[in-house]
Amino acid sequence: MNLRTIAIWVLSVPVIIAALGYFHQGLAAAGLISFFTWTFYFEVILNGLLQGVMYSLVALGFVLIFKASGIFNFAQGSFVLFGALTMVGLMEMGLHWIIAFVLTAGVMVLVAIAVERVVLRPLVNQPHIILFMATIGIFYFMDGFGQTLWGSDVKVLDIGIPKDPIFLLPGVFDGGLLVNAFDVIAALCAALLVAVLAVFFQYTRTGRALRAVADDHQAALSVGIPLKTIWAIVWSVAGIVALVAGIMWGGKLGVQFTLALIALKALPVLILGGFTSIPGAIIGGLIIGAGEQVAENFVGSAIGGAIQDWFAYMLAMVFLLFRPQGLFGEKIIERV
Amino acid sequence: MLYREAGQFKTSYAADQSLFPIAQDKWGVLLLLAFAAFAVPMLASEYMLNSILVPFLVFSLAAIGLNILTGYCGQLSLGTGGFMACGAFFAYKLTIAFPEIHIVAIFLLSGLGTAFVGILFGIPSLRIKGFYLAVATLAAQFFLVWMFNKFGWWTNYSPSGVISAPPREVIPGVVVTGTSGTPEAKYLFLLVFVALLALLAKNLVRSRIGRTWMAIRDMDIAAEIIGIRPMFAKLSAFAVSSFFIGISGALWAFCYTGSVEALAFEINRSFQVLFMIIIGGLGSILGSFLGAAFIVLLPLALSNGMLAVDPTISVALVAHIEFMIFGALIVFFLIVEPHGLARLWNLAKEKLRLWPFPY
Amino acid sequence: MRFKSLCIAAAGAALLTTAATVPAPAEAQEQYIPLLVYKSGPYAPNGIPIAQGWEDYLTLINERDGGVGGVKLVWEECDTGYNNDRGVECYERLKRDTAAGIQPLSTGITYALIDRATQDKIPLFTSGYGRTSAAYGPVFPYVFSAPLTYWSGADVITQYIADQEGGSLEGKKIALVYHDSAYGKEPIATLERLAEEEGFELFLFPVAHPGLEQKATWLQIGRQIRPDWVAMWGWGVMNSTAVKEAAAVGYPMDRFIGIWWSGSEPDVIPAGADASGYKALSFHAPGEDYEVLQDVVEYVYGGDAEAAREAAWGQVLYNRGIFLMAMQVEAIRAAQAIHGEGETLTGEQIRDGWEALTLTEETLASLGMDGFTKPVAITCEDHEGGGQAFVQQWDGESWNIISDWYMPRRGPLKEAYKADALAYAAEKGITPRTCE
Repeated sequence: MNLRTIAIWVLSVPVIIAALGYFHQGLAAAGLISFFTWTFYFEVILNGLLQGVMYSLVALGFVLIFKASGIFNFAQGSFVLFGALTMVGLMEMGLHWIIAFVLTAGVMVLVAIAVERVVLRPLVNQPHIILFMATIGIFYFMDGFGQTLWGSDVKVLDIGIPKDPIFLLPGVFDGGLLVNAFDVIAALCAALLVAVLAVFFQYTRTGRALRAVADDHQAALSVGIPLKTIWAIVWSVAGIVALVAGIMWGGKLGVQFTLALIALKALPVLILGGFTSIPGAIIGGLIIGAGEQVAENFVGSAIGGAIQDWFAYMLAMVFLLFRPQGLFGEKIIERV
Repeated sequence: MLYREAGQFKTSYAADQSLFPIAQDKWGVLLLLAFAAFAVPMLASEYMLNSILVPFLVFSLAAIGLNILTGYCGQLSLGTGGFMACGAFFAYKLTIAFPEIHIVAIFLLSGLGTAFVGILFGIPSLRIKGFYLAVATLAAQFFLVWMFNKFGWWTNYSPSGVISAPPREVIPGVVVTGTSGTPEAKYLFLLVFVALLALLAKNLVRSRIGRTWMAIRDMDIAAEIIGIRPMFAKLSAFAVSSFFIGISGALWAFCYTGSVEALAFEINRSFQVLFMIIIGGLGSILGSFLGAAFIVLLPLALSNGMLAVDPTISVALVAHIEFMIFGALIVFFLIVEPHGLARLWNLAKEKLRLWPFPY
Repeated sequence: MRFKSLCIAAAGAALLTTAATVPAPAEAQEQYIPLLVYKSGPYAPNGIPIAQGWEDYLTLINERDGGVGGVKLVWEECDTGYNNDRGVECYERLKRDTAAGIQPLSTGITYALIDRATQDKIPLFTSGYGRTSAAYGPVFPYVFSAPLTYWSGADVITQYIADQEGGSLEGKKIALVYHDSAYGKEPIATLERLAEEEGFELFLFPVAHPGLEQKATWLQIGRQIRPDWVAMWGWGVMNSTAVKEAAAVGYPMDRFIGIWWSGSEPDVIPAGADASGYKALSFHAPGEDYEVLQDVVEYVYGGDAEAAREAAWGQVLYNRGIFLMAMQVEAIRAAQAIHGEGETLTGEQIRDGWEALTLTEETLASLGMDGFTKPVAITCEDHEGGGQAFVQQWDGESWNIISDWYMPRRGPLKEAYKADALAYAAEKGITPRTCE
C-alpha cells in the first residue's frame, strides 16, 4: 500500500459512512425504515467493525494458506473449532489457560502438519477444485473427530476476559456508544496477532522465504528455498491463528459444534479483501462487519430481517463485478 | 474378451457417432434399464425404494445439472441448493395456481424458471473466475433460501413456511407426488423422467453447444479467439445447468420428501451435490449417476453397517464415526482417483477388453 | 488392484446395508417403539438429554413393572441430526406395523412425517412442537400434540407478562426473537392476534440457523427499541447465544422469557453468571424431587444418583424426556385397555389409546408424577388435551418454578386450530372425520 492509497482510504471512508448515514436518515424520514438516530448509527458501525475484526481473525488463516500453497482451505473453520475444543478440554483437566494454550498450540501444529502431509502432499499438482474438495473432506472428518474426542456439549471457555458493556464518549452522544469489553479486547488481540505476523513475514528469514514462495513457487524452489518446510510452517501458523480465533469466538459464544460454520462468514471477507492479502483480510473484515450490521439494523427490519447472511455475499459479489481480484488481491494478467 | 470391440464395423457417420457405438454398451444400458424398470420395483423393499432409490434418482439429476456447469463448462458453483429451492417453490406455486396443468409440465416449467434465475446469478461469471466465482454463487445460495423462507407468498402464507406437495397424477390413477403415491409409482416415474432428461443432457454435451462449453472450460481465451462467445457459452451453461437442478429440486419436494421448508436447501445440499460430481467424475454424465449413488449410499451404508455389526453401539458414536469415515473416504478417493468413479469405470473397460489374456 | 479392492469394499458395504434393512420379525408380547433422536450435529446438546430421558423411562417400565400390562417395551434408535431428510430416512428405516408411535422431536421433521405417518397408521406424538393446527383431531387423526401447542405457549407468555404488568398490556412493547424456520415462525400469528386484542406492540426478530449471529438483533432490542419484554423461540446454540448477547447489551434478564425449548441447562450454563434471572416456560417441573425420578435412580442406575446426574438426570430436558415417554407409555396402556391387555398392538390400535388417554391427578400420582405436571384429557376432537404451563427462572444454579400454572385461553385458539386444519384439509383433499 503506498501513501496515495492510504490517503484515499482515510479520506473516503468517513465520507462513505456519513453519506450512508444521511441516506438512512432520509429513508427513515420517508417512513421506509422504522427509525434512525446518529447515536445508534455510530453504535452499529462501531459494533460492526468489532464484529468484523472477529471475521478477519478467521479469514487470516485462509489467506496464509492460500498465499503459500494456493489451497483454499475450507477446513479452517473446523481448525477453529478443534482448537477451541482442545483448549477447553485441557482447561477442564485443571490446567491454567496459558499452559493449555501452549499445549493446544502444539496440538494445532501437529494437526496442521498432519493434514498437510497426509492429505495435501499426495494431491500436489491436482486442480484447485480437487484440493478444495479435499479440505471439505477434512472438514467432515474434523467435525466427527472433535465430537468423538470431546463430546457435543456447549462448553464454556473462560480465560478471564471481562464481558461488561461499556459506554464510550457519553459526552458526545446521548447515552454514550455501547460496546462490549470482550469485543474490544478481541480486536486488540487480533491487532497484536496481525502485528506479530507482519513482523514475522517482514523481518525473519523464514518470513522472507514465505513471501518468496507466495510470489512464485518455481522461482523460490530454484533459489533453494525448501518448499516442503515452508508449507509445514505456513500450515502450523494457520493452525495457531485458528486457535486464537477459536479462543475469541469460543469465549464469546461458547465452544460448540456450530463454531466451524463461521468459516462461511470468512468467505465474503476473503473475496472482498482478495485471497492473498493480509491487509485485505483485515479491511475486508471491517467492511463486511460494519456493512452487514448497518444493513441488518436499518434495511433488514424493512424487508423481513435475517438478511446479514446473504448481504455479506451480495456486497462482496457486487464489489467483485468492479474489481474482480478483490480489494488488495494481485491483479493476474492472463496471456495466451 | 468380455468387452470386445473387434468385429464391430461402422459403415456410416451416424453409426459411428451414435450414443453407444459399441454393442456391449448399448445392450448393457438397455439391460440395466430393463432391470431397473421391471425387476427393481418387485425386488426392492419399501425402504429401499423410498429412502435410497428415489433420492438417488433425484440427486442424479441435480448432479447432471451441476456437472454441466462445473464439469463441462468449468464454472465452479456452490449455489446448487439455492437453485433446487427455486425449482421446488416454483413448482409449488405453479401447481397450486394452475391445478389443471399436468405435473410433468409443471416440473419442466419450474425448471425453465430456475434457468432464468440461473442466468441472473450467472452474470458475475463473465467477470469472475475460479474460487471468486464459487464464493459469488454462495450469494445466490443464501439469498434464494432466505427469500423463500421469508416471503409468505411462496408458501401460500403457510404459518410455518413449509410447503407440502399436493397429490398429482402422471397418468390417470397413478399419483406420483406427495405421500399418497406408492413408492413403486414414484420410482418408476422418476426413473423414466430422469432417464429421458439424462439422455437430453448427454446429447446436449455432445452437440455444438456442449463443445462450446468444453472449449471455454479448457481455455477460455483460446476459445474466444476461435470465435466462441464466452457470454453466450457461460450463460447458456448456467441456464441449462439450472434447468436440470431446478427440476431436481421440484422432484425432491414433490416426489421424495413430500413437504419441504426452504432450509432443506441450505449450503450442505450444495456441498453434497458438488461431492457427487467430484467423486463421480467431472465432465461425465455417467459419473453424475455413480457419484449420486455413492454419496446417497455411503452414509446409509456406514450407519446401517455399524449398527448391523454391533446393535448396542450408541447412535451418537455412529453418527460421529460416520462423519469421520465419510470425510476420510472423500479424501482417500481424491488421492487415489481424482478423476472419479467414471474414470474407474473406463479403466475397468480397458482391462475387460483384454481380459483374461492381458499382454 | 486398486479397482478390485474398491469393488470388494463397495460390495461389502452394500451387503451390510441389505443385511441391516431386512426387518426383524416382530416377536410376541413385545411392543416396539422407534426413537428418532439427535445425539450429533448442531443441536446435539439439547437432543442428548431428551433421548436419555426416553431410554431411562422405557428401561424403568421394563425393570419395575415388567413392561406395560406384561408386554415388554423394545426400541430402536436412529440419529436424525435434526436434519429433515435424514429424519424421513430414519422414519422409513424404523417404521413397522407394530410401531407404537413416533416422536420426531423436530418441527421440521414433523411436517415431513404428518402425511406419511397418517398413511402408515402410526401415531405421531409431537408434544409442545410440530404443526400447531394438528391439535384439531378430525383432520389429523394420527397426530397428537398434548399437552400444549406453540400457540398455547404464546398465549401463556402474554398472560404471564400481563400479570407482571398489573393486568394490562396496553401500550407495551414485546419483541419476539425466533429461529427463522418452521419452528420459530409458529407463534407469530397468535402473537399478532393477541397484540391486536390486547393493544401491545410486537417486534419480530428472525435469527438465521444456527443462531450465532445475533449482534444486530440485540443492538436493536437493547439500544433502540428497548421493549418491555422479550419472548424467544430458540433452539440449540441460539439460546445460549441470545442470553449472552442480551447480557452484552445490558438487557434485564428477568424480562426475557423463552418458550419451553429455550429453558434448559445447556441454554444457560454456557452464558455463566450472565444468565441469572432468565425465564422460560415449561409444562413439567424441573428438579429431582419426584417419585418417578427417584424410581429411575433405583431401577435404572442401581441407586447411584451421581451416575444418574452424570447422564443428565434431573435436568429440564431430561425430565421432559421422562414426561414425553410417560405419555406415550400411558397411551399404550390405554390402547391395551381397549384392544386387549398383554398383547402387541399395531399403530392403528394404539391411536385409539391416544384418543382415550385421560391423565387425572390420581393417575399422575400413581405414576409418581404428583405435582410434576397437570392433568391431560385427549379426545377425538381435541388432540391437545388441555395442558397447562408455568414460568420457571434460572437462578444461576438451577431452574425454579416462579409462577402458578397458567391455563391457555383455548377458546379462540381452538377456533384458529380448526380454521388452519380445515384449510389444510381443503388443500390436500381430506374429508375431516366426524367425532361421535
